[in-house]
Amino acid sequence: MTKKYDAIIIGGGHNGLICAAYLAKAGRKVLVLEKRHVLGGAAVSEELYPGFTFSVASYVVSLFRPHIIRELNLAQHGYEIIPMDCSFLPLPNGDSLARWADPNRSRMEISRFSKKDAETYPEFSRIMTLMGKFAKEIIDHPAPDIASMKLKDLQGLLRMSRVFKDLGPDLFHLNLKLLTLSATDFLDLWFESETLKAPMSVSGIIGTFQGVRSPGTAYVLLHHYMGELDGAFRSWGFSKGGTGGVSMACARAAESFGAEIRTSASVASVKIKNNRACGVVLENGDELDAKLVVSNLDPRRTYLNLVGEDHLDGDIVKEIKRYKLRGSSGKVNLALDRVPEFTCCPGDGDHIRGDIAIAPGIDYLEKAFDEAKYGAFSRRPYINAVIPSLSDPSIAPPGKHVMSCFVQYAPYHISEGAENWPEQRAAFGEAVIDTLEEYVPNIRDIILHKQVLTPWDLEQQMGLSEGNIFHGELSLEQLLFQRPLAGYSKYETALPNLWMCGSGTHPGGGIMGAGGELAAKTILNRREI
Amino acid sequence: MQKTPFFPRMMSLCESMHWKEWAGYHAVSSYQFYHDQEYFAFRNSAGLLDVTPLFKYRVEGPDAADYLSHIMVRNIRKLKVGRVAYLCWCDDDGKVIDDGTVMRRSETSFFVTSADPSYAWFSRFRRGYDVELEDVSDKVAGLALQGPTSRDILRQTCDADMDQLKFFQTVSANVDGYSIWISRTGYTGDLGYEIWVENAHALKLWDALMANGRNYAIRPAGLDALDVTRVEAGLILKNVDYYNSLHALIEDRKSSPYELSLGWTVHLNRAPFNGQQALKAEKASGSQWTIAGLDIDWPETEALYAKHGLPPEISTMAWRKSIPIYFDRDGAQQIGYATSGTWSPILKKNIALATLQTDYVDLGSEVYIEMTVEHKRQTVAAILHKPQFYDPERKKSNPGLVGNDK
Repeated sequence: MTKKYDAIIIGGGHNGLICAAYLAKAGRKVLVLEKRHVLGGAAVSEELYPGFTFSVASYVVSLFRPHIIRELNLAQHGYEIIPMDCSFLPLPNGDSLARWADPNRSRMEISRFSKKDAETYPEFSRIMTLMGKFAKEIIDHPAPDIASMKLKDLQGLLRMSRVFKDLGPDLFHLNLKLLTLSATDFLDLWFESETLKAPMSVSGIIGTFQGVRSPGTAYVLLHHYMGELDGAFRSWGFSKGGTGGVSMACARAAESFGAEIRTSASVASVKIKNNRACGVVLENGDELDAKLVVSNLDPRRTYLNLVGEDHLDGDIVKEIKRYKLRGSSGKVNLALDRVPEFTCCPGDGDHIRGDIAIAPGIDYLEKAFDEAKYGAFSRRPYINAVIPSLSDPSIAPPGKHVMSCFVQYAPYHISEGAENWPEQRAAFGEAVIDTLEEYVPNIRDIILHKQVLTPWDLEQQMGLSEGNIFHGELSLEQLLFQRPLAGYSKYETALPNLWMCGSGTHPGGGIMGAGGELAAKTILNRREI
Repeated sequence: MQKTPFFPRMMSLCESMHWKEWAGYHAVSSYQFYHDQEYFAFRNSAGLLDVTPLFKYRVEGPDAADYLSHIMVRNIRKLKVGRVAYLCWCDDDGKVIDDGTVMRRSETSFFVTSADPSYAWFSRFRRGYDVELEDVSDKVAGLALQGPTSRDILRQTCDADMDQLKFFQTVSANVDGYSIWISRTGYTGDLGYEIWVENAHALKLWDALMANGRNYAIRPAGLDALDVTRVEAGLILKNVDYYNSLHALIEDRKSSPYELSLGWTVHLNRAPFNGQQALKAEKASGSQWTIAGLDIDWPETEALYAKHGLPPEISTMAWRKSIPIYFDRDGAQQIGYATSGTWSPILKKNIALATLQTDYVDLGSEVYIEMTVEHKRQTVAAILHKPQFYDPERKKSNPGLVGNDK
């Protein structure tokens, strides 16, 4: 007789763990199954080389929902964020632009490039913060379905329309622009300096197979301003001990509420009886029963691998196959012998203790996308680098450092075919080092170890289909009541009793925790268990 | 205004020019315009803070232990060599004058720190004791090195066996030809040390710590960051959370050790000491006031601001002013006052220290604190908490210690 759980959660990423914590807190009997030996999914810390701990994939914490920290007592369980104070842009000509948390310091920096932009910058921040209220409303609730006449959906729409109304007509119109324009077009409404616009525009394309000039990329800019809405929570920062620290805090919280967590427990499929999910089958053949199953995997893996086409309606299969994953980024993790010295601004000052962007112009970024469009990785990519060991010495030996480089574009679908990525891995890593070398001439001399993760590797190691870091592109047609599929956007799936809680559900990617939380709350509200 | 021996280094590092006065000395409030990086250094790596403005006394002689036991609420005769005691001292009415530390450096030699000048008070009780009292405030400089990497930095800097030094112990050490003494004490409630050195060697010590600390993310830190950590740790501050009884203009401003939640430092049943009779009486009859922690409700705070269409606006600076605390939500019955508080970045909580009528102190129960939002006074619920919010294991642990007693 197998033990019966109220819920089995497949995947111990942060969303799965949060979902487990909320269900366990409500008194449900919960089991989390993680395939790997470590918890965290893409929010994972691993000591890849002795003494060097890396945030292997996801590397900064941005939008983590503050009420989740409070409701699950995460601070008590070790959730600790060290704020980032600076966004640094080194330039190939020896100049640089540092944007600081201190608005006056930013204004003086920006004014070296454009006096007008420098003074407009706080105005832009203000407007984005006001509009961020709208985004917050979206993020903190399940997405209401505009095609539905159900009371809950109508109430949700009403709530959203109230926020819209509060924005006033000017901001309402601006919001429409935000939803439709490209990141660069949107920034052009305010700014003239390419040097300023380039590093700002990249937040519109991260994790997306789009260029900064592609329509629809402006919306994601908004996410940058969400942190400020949470006031003192100051959500942009490094997780102490790497992003795995967030996952481990969620795991400890879940366990404190009585959830059971197993690692190295790979699920082969969802157990289906009478066309309903009733448990899981592990790779080793074990079967575990549960009243319902929640998948933290991406939509493709959930539907096609865990359930399988045989159990699905043909239209659903077609739609899920069309769901856009197409990962566009890779990761290069470096263990460094000492602090990297940027030509434009040497030393280990505060300018390199936040994030460092290699984005020296809009054309540079668009050219990087051009190569990707035709199936090659960018020879000169956009890089977002961080050196968290400067603020958190616990993750590297004394005087040594870890440097994490998010690299875009590295399209999953290279012209040689994704499975040929391993042959290109070294060349991709070299392109990243070559790029860095233009800013840090001695970078090669100080690299002790190097881990290069192509989108293929992200898929193989982390289970991110096509290496998409957000479990599916954050483009408008895959958001809100259409994430992941129209009609199945509220954490339920086409298979009764199978639910989803990962980044492929509303509101999407980033270490936000909202998917896990909202899935659990929806399950509990609907008295499914 | 005086300058401590560390002034030249602090002057060149203090980008913000944020200084304040501390006991007649220039003291850095924050090296940068915002103190948060300094706060996170205390909590994640190491912060280096000049504590020279503390008053410091050398007490030496065959009767030194008896003498100090007469003045202090703790029985110093029982303090072992190499140990440090946190304590306070009282007037005859059992009201607290000041709080500080006493270090027993040898059988007959003590080092005492205080917040207020105490030479005159200490001198009063010397008659009949074979003891020497010297005010070394201007001769000895002090640095607080606080944070998780502080032990690593000291290990690199001096010859003391840092793995053996336990919480509230003191040890002498050598650094490149001059001597220092280290106490595992501080005002952050974290792993940390205070390092004492003669003025002549002070700058050399600063430079050595900063150089060795570079690989451990050391950062010079100011009093603004310290203030956040001390509220998190629930450590009270004279002239903020209580008044020196010798300076209080009215009786109501005086506090007993019990009222300051320092009852644990009082050794009552022993040879006579200052304030003993009054303290015995108070111990028997109970104290009117108690210091408690407040965990101020965040969703309620958010809701108050949301009414105005605003996100919660609270300062990242610790505050120190008197704010009324009520028994009831509508503020009809006041039961005390908060004296200092802060947003705790590490706990993600809005916390405060409050002096409350003892009868109302029931940990876990709800009281109400006044909060002004958009110029309107309101109340917000707060849960009573012990006056210590943050207490990491590393504060007292000795992972490198050989033996059972880690």
